[in-house]
Amino acid sequence: MRTLLRLATAGSVDDGKSTLVGRLLFDSKSVLADQFDAVERVSRDRGLASADLALLTDGLRSEREQGITIDVAYRYFATAERSFILADCPGHVQYTRNTVTGASTADVVVLLVDVRHGIQEQTRRHLAVASLLRVPHVVVVVNKIDLVDFDEDTYTRVSDEVLESARSLGLYDVATIPVSALAGDNVVDRSERTPWYDGPSLLTFLEQLSPVGDPHSEPLRFPVQLVIRPQSAAGEEFRDYRGYAGQVASGLVRVGDAITVQPSGRTSVVTGIDFAGQELDEAFAPQSVTLRLQDDIDISRGDLIVTSRSVPPVTQDIDGTIAWLADGNLVPGTKVLLKHGTKTVQAMVKVISGKLDLDDARLLPAQSLGLNDIGHVTLRLAAPIPAEEYLHARGTGAFLLIDAQDGTTLAAGMVGDALLDTKAEVEAVSAATVPA
Amino acid sequence: MTLTDERRLTQLQWLESEAIHIIREVVSEFEKPVLLFSGGKDSVVMLHLATKAFWPAPVPFPVLHVDTGHNFPEVLAYRDATVERLGLRLEVASVQDYIDDGRLRERSDGTRNQLQTQPLLDAITDGKFDAVFGGGRRDEEKARAKERVFSLRDEFGQWDPRNQRPELWNLYNGRHRPGEHVRVFPLSNWTELDVWQYIGAEDIALPELYYAHHREVFERDGMLVAVSDVSLPREGETVEKRQVRYRTVGDMSCTGAVESDAVTVDDVIVEVAATRLTERGATRADDRASEAAMEDRKKEGYF
Repeated sequence: MRTLLRLATAGSVDDGKSTLVGRLLFDSKSVLADQFDAVERVSRDRGLASADLALLTDGLRSEREQGITIDVAYRYFATAERSFILADCPGHVQYTRNTVTGASTADVVVLLVDVRHGIQEQTRRHLAVASLLRVPHVVVVVNKIDLVDFDEDTYTRVSDEVLESARSLGLYDVATIPVSALAGDNVVDRSERTPWYDGPSLLTFLEQLSPVGDPHSEPLRFPVQLVIRPQSAAGEEFRDYRGYAGQVASGLVRVGDAITVQPSGRTSVVTGIDFAGQELDEAFAPQSVTLRLQDDIDISRGDLIVTSRSVPPVTQDIDGTIAWLADGNLVPGTKVLLKHGTKTVQAMVKVISGKLDLDDARLLPAQSLGLNDIGHVTLRLAAPIPAEEYLHARGTGAFLLIDAQDGTTLAAGMVGDALLDTKAEVEAVSAATVPA
Repeated sequence: MTLTDERRLTQLQWLESEAIHIIREVVSEFEKPVLLFSGGKDSVVMLHLATKAFWPAPVPFPVLHVDTGHNFPEVLAYRDATVERLGLRLEVASVQDYIDDGRLRERSDGTRNQLQTQPLLDAITDGKFDAVFGGGRRDEEKARAKERVFSLRDEFGQWDPRNQRPELWNLYNGRHRPGEHVRVFPLSNWTELDVWQYIGAEDIALPELYYAHHREVFERDGMLVAVSDVSLPREGETVEKRQVRYRTVGDMSCTGAVESDAVTVDDVIVEVAATRLTERGATRADDRASEAAMEDRKKEGYF
């Protein structure tokens, strides 16, 4: 059975992300002849000696003109073992929000570092993003190893530096691989030019990564998307049909399970799990199904069906970590919309309690948050939601902040102190607060 | 599809579940969605997913066909039969009408894929549609590789690729101002091979021209073009009967066939897995025009 793995690339500009992606696609034979012809033609027109594989992913005119990646490009490739969805993310600081986009759905972040330059500000920022978003795996590609003559000591120095920085951001399970994306060393096959390296090539590493998440170990969370009530539209048989459609966010649901609906707290029992005419005995994350319940209770879009064995409390006050992705500044008192699961509520920013200093992973005092800042905030909501710590619930601990006027997505939010190691600092800093 | 013992979704089940989630989000958050339906395989799969998403209720939105007037007859017949079977309302935006009354002018090369933008945008405005499902896939083309699942269009229908909203987790943001609309691509993460494997797994019927058949064709710009009222051979182009199939379906005058002996879904899956050309590269003259042909058309409001 072929499974799916989602990866996102990250790293500073010119660390060779697009080249690496091009190399992965090319060496895994996922680049088709006409695509490669186009790349060769353009490379030749530009007077390059060989095909510039980065051109495979830079899809926008302005990207090709500037030779940089502006927005996430999604690419698809497969090996016998796995299918991969790859989000090729930009390196420039002003496009960090696009990296957050790519990382939010990733199972693994592939972070590039130029072995000659070591850690850059963007490297640290992207490590922070991976940590913040709880991306399950991080692998650091120490790139351009050919430019330091495949020197082990240089590799080890950079590798140690990256691992140290990762640890300071709460990332402990990080692998590093010496690579030349340009020449292909250790991308698909193990390179003979790095005999001192005994780990897998990047592709082998990605093929062997253990799948993420076990429905058994997590409690059921099922955000209701809509109520399906055909009434007379589907014939007599379904006149009284009433089902709750949604995608299982975490855990497992079985027919006969006792459930609780949040925020109302009403309870019932699952009497049926439907999927397009098929009756299932159980469903698990991330299946899209429709649940039928024993009791005709009031449930609508925005409600969360959970196992009665583990009911998250509801609250109107959220302490969270946000990545601010908009051009304007966020200040206390700002009113926004908050989207959590399938529910959207009004929210007000009560407190900004600090922003992350990427250099030493400390929380600094802050009166406001600007583009690409990561900070801690306290929000007051107009209606209660079942908020869970993102740390334990990537599915139901996440939220968006949205501009109520023009609909812009302002911030990626995570309930709780997403950067664990900075927690102790939170109390210590002075907070910017809305006067009560 | 049946589930595996292992409580882990296969890649196809994962893609199906994601697409159904997206389709349900749109119906929940928008006033008036519409699904672009041409009878092409991607729109057929998308409509199939919509029937699964709302079962046992019917699909809760109409479908819209932007009709170039250069249609394969069997695709039109398939379109009408499908709409009838599912009890859907079909709206047609006709490029021919625009040409007849002078709002659009025929291009010098006679092809019409690029003329679809204006009728499409007018149909969206006139129908007051605020969400438009499209069957576009990111693996098709490099500008499409950049597109969000929920892709905002301004009041002129334009896409601004440099200023797209961040799209986080599976929390889609469909907010927009009056006059704007959102294009939604439930098949964003599907590849051509995924689409075919799904068609096989779900036993979905397609217009017959997707399978190998004999047809009178001639070669133009390295593509095999079918002989029809709208695509006649020019001086020096020889007509031959060949065994072909179509990988994409568009304006008949500029959509190429490929030589093939794939007569069943399984044959097609084998063929697609082994192909060395992209589906657009092999079959679409309009996408070969320049490196940014698709990006330019998309910015103006194309599919």
